[in-house]
Amino acid sequence: MEWDWNFVWQIMPTLLEGLKITLLATVLGAAVAAVVGLLFAILRLSAPKPIARTVGFLVEFIRGTPLLVQLYFIFYVLPDIGISLPALVAGVIGLGIHYGTYTAEVYRAGIENVPRGQWEAARATNLTMRQTWLHVILPQAIPPMIPALANYLIAMFKETPLLSAITVLELMNQAKSIANSNYRYIEPMTLVGVFFLIMSLISVVFLRWLEERYSRVEER
Amino acid sequence: MIDWSGYIGLILQGALVTLQLTVLGSALAVVMAFTAGLARVSRFFAVRALATTYIEFFRGTSIFVQLFWVYFVLPFAGITLTPLQAGVLALGLNVGAYGAEVVRGAVKAIGREQREACIALNLTRYQSMRHIILPQALPLMLPTFCNNAIELLKGTAVVSLISLTDMTFQAQVVRAQTGNTLIPFTVILVLYFLMSWVISRSMRWLERRMTRGLDGVRA
Repeated sequence: MEWDWNFVWQIMPTLLEGLKITLLATVLGAAVAAVVGLLFAILRLSAPKPIARTVGFLVEFIRGTPLLVQLYFIFYVLPDIGISLPALVAGVIGLGIHYGTYTAEVYRAGIENVPRGQWEAARATNLTMRQTWLHVILPQAIPPMIPALANYLIAMFKETPLLSAITVLELMNQAKSIANSNYRYIEPMTLVGVFFLIMSLISVVFLRWLEERYSRVEER
Repeated sequence: MIDWSGYIGLILQGALVTLQLTVLGSALAVVMAFTAGLARVSRFFAVRALATTYIEFFRGTSIFVQLFWVYFVLPFAGITLTPLQAGVLALGLNVGAYGAEVVRGAVKAIGREQREACIALNLTRYQSMRHIILPQALPLMLPTFCNNAIELLKGTAVVSLISLTDMTFQAQVVRAQTGNTLIPFTVILVLYFLMSWVISRSMRWLERRMTRGLDGVRA
């Protein structure tokens, strides 16, 4: 079978439609992951021991099992107990929780890297817990985390094709349906690969820049 | 009441396929990681460029897209693979690309003085790599290899989408036949977790084995 440029231009609008959903899922998933990760990290660091250990086990469990199965779980099992979610929402929650367990580790490392003296100084100046976190710890902990977080953002972007398995009409799913209705696999599948390659090459450049910008702050 | 024993057997059969994919995929990944990782530090520009292209390509696109490409597009080039072969190929090449960066990083991390000592002792490039650099670099690679192996295990779930009868596929079959979703999916989640737990345990053991005798070599 030959590569057919006419077919490529014909299917391009549909694929771009899918790309939009892919990007939307990535952005929403990243937002969920950022919040869930912070929650996991704080629970593991400062909650009472039994809760911290339970959360720790939960994080290990989610990291040790495939995202695809977790997506199936959210999409097919939750309706049994009365929670019916649209496919995209289920996908975003799945992505968010899965990557939340990764970002939790980044947050934890970042927070633990803030020197003890800072905590003690905050205590000594009579700051409340809230003030300590908001004004002393987090402003110092977050900048060095940014490159690592961006790294997971890219990883998550590359995992979004899994959402096609729970019927989200993103890039991969559009490509599959085009391929199935036209019996042509070369163009749609290759184009999806090219799209992802271009996006991640751009994001690699962006990541280098972030690393330049943020991770050298601590070197004195 | 549903008779679960038959279905449990089905899921266990799937677990066997998952295990097979993980082991074969890891074997290919290790080979690719060392080949491409060492090629990245080669003297020759062409070899380095080839390795970099491979690594960037496989790290830049997702495993899912690669798998579909291998399974659906390669047949048009005259290469028809069974789902298992396609799965092992895609997983091995993908994780191998990540592993290659680990190999490169670990080899680079070995200090200059070690290389200079090799030159001073008139060792060939092969000898210094084989006897001096790699034995010290291996323990540095293991923790990340452990993560990569778990990523590979998790990646195997994707092959269910090209109709390979792995654990995830069988869980879908059970779901379709019994109408029950909670039990099959919970069972496979637990099985996946047990497998990744075994991987991380055995890697930790291997790490202890390999660092034995290296005490005092590094701070």
